[in-house]
Amino acid sequence: MNLLKKYLGIVWMLLAPTIIAFLFLQANDKIAAATVANKTNTILQWSIILVIFIPITTGLFIFGKYAWNNEYEE
Amino acid sequence: MSTLNNTPGKMGFIIGASSVGTLIEWYDFYIFGMLAKVISSQFFPEDSGTAALLSTLAIFAAGFIVRPFGALVFGRLGDLIGRKYTFLLTLVLMGGSTFAIGLIPGYVTIGWWAPLLVLLLRLVQGLALGGEYGGAATYVAEHAPINRRGFWTSWIQTTATLGLFLALGVIILIRKSQSITDFESEWGGWRYPFWISLLLVFVSIIIRMRMSESPLFEKIKSSGKTSKNPLKESFGNKANFKMVLLALFGAVMGQGVVWYTGQFYAQSFLENTCGVNFEDSRNIILVAILFATPFFVIFGSWSDRVGRKWIILTGMLVAACSYYFIYDSMLNTTSATTKRALFSSATEPSSVVTVDSKRPNVLHRITKYDTLYSDGAKFSFTKTDTITLLEKSVPNTKELKIVVDSNANALVYSRKAGPKTVLENGSATVTAKSISKKHALSVEKALDRSSFWYLSFLVFIQVFFVTMVYGPIAAFLVEMFPTKIRYTSMSLPYHIGNGVFGGLVPFLSTLMVELSKSNGGTGNPLIGLGYPISVALLCFIIGTIYLKNKPALSE
Repeated sequence: MNLLKKYLGIVWMLLAPTIIAFLFLQANDKIAAATVANKTNTILQWSIILVIFIPITTGLFIFGKYAWNNEYEE
Repeated sequence: MSTLNNTPGKMGFIIGASSVGTLIEWYDFYIFGMLAKVISSQFFPEDSGTAALLSTLAIFAAGFIVRPFGALVFGRLGDLIGRKYTFLLTLVLMGGSTFAIGLIPGYVTIGWWAPLLVLLLRLVQGLALGGEYGGAATYVAEHAPINRRGFWTSWIQTTATLGLFLALGVIILIRKSQSITDFESEWGGWRYPFWISLLLVFVSIIIRMRMSESPLFEKIKSSGKTSKNPLKESFGNKANFKMVLLALFGAVMGQGVVWYTGQFYAQSFLENTCGVNFEDSRNIILVAILFATPFFVIFGSWSDRVGRKWIILTGMLVAACSYYFIYDSMLNTTSATTKRALFSSATEPSSVVTVDSKRPNVLHRITKYDTLYSDGAKFSFTKTDTITLLEKSVPNTKELKIVVDSNANALVYSRKAGPKTVLENGSATVTAKSISKKHALSVEKALDRSSFWYLSFLVFIQVFFVTMVYGPIAAFLVEMFPTKIRYTSMSLPYHIGNGVFGGLVPFLSTLMVELSKSNGGTGNPLIGLGYPISVALLCFIIGTIYLKNKPALSE
């Protein structure tokens, strides 16, 4: 189990930037596709989502790093 | 071991006094979300209903986003000066801001000040809620015998759901006592739930003033062992910070999305996607909550014997695996295609044509008809045709604009007689190219008895999952952190999990469904579930591998 915990740490470390990249791509797509009337609203929505999730995914990365360093070992 | 030996009677008072305040805070927080549509029309001037709803939901989310900041501010205060005075302060802030929202004039009266003030007060509400829960849960846990923490803190856990019940009940009662026009007018009945809050908070403050400080906090305070810098000790210390991260990603993140899906998204889905009318959808939630609430205490108490981990994680897993089927069944139950129509007034619909008050070249034709089904259900359909006359194609006359609707019935709009006069079935016509048409069909469904109870059962199952994940979570969090930094350490992951991950369920799910319609199709109404399902599954995996199912800790 300790080995699983350790190696899953890599998954969490990789997942964090993947989520952020996915969110940036989605934001870019949706803002580009928004109509003129909806542009501001769309930019605002995605800005909020990005601002919230950047620190959270940073936390996920740190969680993965701790796991990799055996901080959660039994 | 702790030397706590509170009698059941004293514990009852502690629970009651803590719970009433927390329940009122939840009530204050929910009425805003439940009245989102009317608040949107009063404070956020948008032509598009969806845009207005999203604006309000954004503020709804903003309320939740500031919750983690409230957790930091008041958590720190609670670890420095004590639990009692901190959660007394949060109660005053919450009650005051709720009452003040009910006093703000609408956009038509004070313009942009209205949405601005609402936003600011909503942020204060979020801050206050961020400080309240951790205080109440910590306070109760620190009074309870260690081997019964799950049981006693589960009473605090019921308040979030009972707050929802209270808010729904108050709104339904007021709504029933008034016409829809009176209820939704600028100073109408929708404001009463905000005003009632002042009375509730006043009573709660009097009760809380009689409470004593947490014995465990008193103990560390008298021995000079309180934290000097709770924020630094909570998040700057690796040993504690890694537990904060584990609590968030391995438990609270999934608990938050299950909680909000079961109690908020279910209601929103019933109303906006299934088209169930206001009264039936609210009653379904009330029935489900009523029958499911005792399970908070049952699972909380059970967690004292078998540990918290597996109850919480099992709730998460079964919720994630069953959401799609539950919501699909909700959709089918309320679909007209699964029912046999007995009578429809669609052949002789009543139709009203009006000119748009802001755009005189736009006509709205509203057609209403009812359909009765063999199972007793009655669906009321409202079809809105918006017909826009393109200026460049206006016939060369100053007298008339002539529009042809989609059914080739000519509508004659007389400019001479003023924009409010519309003559139906006029004889003049223009080519279809000159007209832009938009059609919308809305449905309000009054459910038959069996559909009502079946939907109540489906929502009950979701709230049952909520009781599994939420009943033991307070005791679980309390036991992860030491007394001197407990308020700060447990409040932050709780409010990120519930405020951010959970609070964004209605917003992100609505957004996902709207985006699925962006290619011009009808969209996939179940796609919004992708967010809570994926978060719950991820949390289940992390929790299963990294969390320990340990027995209660000693202080």
